[in-house]
Amino acid sequence: MMEPFQTFKGLVCPMDRTNVDTDQIIPKQFLKRVERKGFGECLFFNWRFNEKGAKNPDFVLNQPKYAGASILVAGDNFGCGSSREHAPWALQDYGFKVIIAPSFADIFYNNCQKNGILAIRLDKEKTDVLIAYATKTSLHLTINLEDQTITGDGFSYTFDIDPYQKEMLLEGLDEIAVTMRHEDEIAAYEQKHTVSA
Amino acid sequence: MKPRTIVDKIWENHLIHCEVGKPDLLYIDLHLVHEVTSPQAFEGLRMNHRKVRRPDRTFATVDHNVPTTENRETKDPVSKIQISTLEKNCADFGIELADIYRPSQGIVHVIGPELGLTQPGKTIVCGDSHTSTHGAFGAIAFGIGTSEVEHVLATQTLWQKRPKTMQIKVNGRLGMGVAAKDLILAIIAKYGISVGMGYIVEYTGEAIRNLSMEERMTVCNMSIEAGARAGLISPDETTVGYIRGRRFAPKGEAFEAAAKEWLALATDEGAVYDRTIEIDAGEIEPQVTWGTNPSMGSSINGTVPDPEAIESEEKRQAYSKALAYMDLKPGTPIRDIPVDVVFIGSCTNSRLSDLQQAARIVRGRRVHEGVRALIVPGSQQIRKQAEEEGLDKIFTEAGFEWRQSGCSMCLAMNDDSVPAGKRCASTSNRNFEGRQGTGSRTHLVSPAMAAAAAISGHFVDVREFEKVH
Ligand code: SF4
Repeated sequence: MMEPFQTFKGLVCPMDRTNVDTDQIIPKQFLKRVERKGFGECLFFNWRFNEKGAKNPDFVLNQPKYAGASILVAGDNFGCGSSREHAPWALQDYGFKVIIAPSFADIFYNNCQKNGILAIRLDKEKTDVLIAYATKTSLHLTINLEDQTITGDGFSYTFDIDPYQKEMLLEGLDEIAVTMRHEDEIAAYEQKHTVSA
Repeated sequence: MKPRTIVDKIWENHLIHCEVGKPDLLYIDLHLVHEVTSPQAFEGLRMNHRKVRRPDRTFATVDHNVPTTENRETKDPVSKIQISTLEKNCADFGIELADIYRPSQGIVHVIGPELGLTQPGKTIVCGDSHTSTHGAFGAIAFGIGTSEVEHVLATQTLWQKRPKTMQIKVNGRLGMGVAAKDLILAIIAKYGISVGMGYIVEYTGEAIRNLSMEERMTVCNMSIEAGARAGLISPDETTVGYIRGRRFAPKGEAFEAAAKEWLALATDEGAVYDRTIEIDAGEIEPQVTWGTNPSMGSSINGTVPDPEAIESEEKRQAYSKALAYMDLKPGTPIRDIPVDVVFIGSCTNSRLSDLQQAARIVRGRRVHEGVRALIVPGSQQIRKQAEEEGLDKIFTEAGFEWRQSGCSMCLAMNDDSVPAGKRCASTSNRNFEGRQGTGSRTHLVSPAMAAAAAISGHFVDVREFEKVH
């Protein structure tokens, strides 16, 4: 059961890169765990830490002014590559609730919504402005899912979201339970299509 | 009736429920499972006291983590837990598992087709992005996340928004020495890694029709690298011929009946796609990637690009970053790039014909001094067939390591990895930073190109290699 997504206010961390792939979000050495929790410490591991395990001061997440950030704004095609749900788990465990980018890889986008992370597709001009602003100063934004708005520090944008995904997020619905309401239809389908496995 | 694409036909055949403003509820025919993306899904089922609805439509294997050493012993305790967790989950929920000691074990996208589980017209999912491989058979096959794995286990269905369709039509014929891998790498180099976003791609045209099933799998495998949800190819006699006689294929008259239905799934003449791209196969040369995503590639006769010459600021930055990571200088001829490691394997290129092509180059030659070269067959069955043909001897005599089956150095979750700063010619599908090991540098190529690089110590054009040597 995921938590319903309510109006949310948080600090923005800018990530001025395109095509951030899932191997960067969470490198494969951390995919061996059988739990869902605790992946935050592995987030962006190869960028966050140097070979000796010390924090890389140049990496944006390590800069003190972004401590506690919960909204990530990134470039095009965020989350491309693998289907690993460990990527949204790591982002969530680290503290991110919202990810804003001009575009997302399909599977990653779905994986976010299934975990109650709001992935927002926002035009490149707008994300560019947010990234530039958040790089210069500290930017706090309020995300209202019901109204589909992003506001704060003089910004006021609206965004689109699929109505079904919006409803699932707002209500924090357990999708399996929702599907189980269609049990009769599934059974009828199976009756009609008795194909071998 | 209005002409329909194969995607229309399969989609409509699997609709359980549709409602305006909602995704469609689709029936899933086949669910493939592996050790990395499934443990949390099974845990979810247990927590909610749910069962696996159709264990008979679910099939599991271990591939990502498993060692490829002769004795197949897992030393890493964390990998061990992941593997034994899958064993327990399969036992508890009644799912067939191709475990490490079984002759059916192999990379999930290699064994599905090999066992005849993969068939035209099916909806196929797996918690792995390269599930698109199975589309080669004319199936709608796509990767899903772990929450969706849990959903399919519990309900045998998925909510899916109907994607748009894109046709990639490949006219003409591929030249001698140009592989299916070169074709898909060239498409991605030309159109980029997000061209397919939101689409299911159907590959059509003369060049595609002339591909064997194994080559079609190589092409469909990398659809995800073009950003597509899935990629597929309409079934034809090549498809039917491949499936006949396999373990899970229908038998006797049932097979003939099924084959007829499969052929009827092919896209109708005059069906409309949302977008069409056409390319000429004759223009394609053997490819090598030089950067850190699969679109950063060139023909073997090209040079490493100069970021300064690029107009788009964003692309210029991305190219500079990639070249810094790859330690390459602009203007360097691709053929002058040396290699330290050669990996022939992965769900893109580890099938028998891939090994045969590599063996043809390697026969009677030696791996270049200082190069470590590995052959990792995609499955136990392929390994056995290759040994029956004596390919293992050709490879080991040349100085290659002949390994057991698994994902291996494609993502380096087991002990097979490329050391930091080293350069690998790899037949896999991703050249992301650190993919083959922290600090590793990956160049994606075809099996023949990888084999030729192993012998020469740097990249060479296989077409000339075969002439000169
Ligand atoms: S071989 Fe590589 S790409 Fe294929 S399933 Fe294994 S890890 Fe994924």
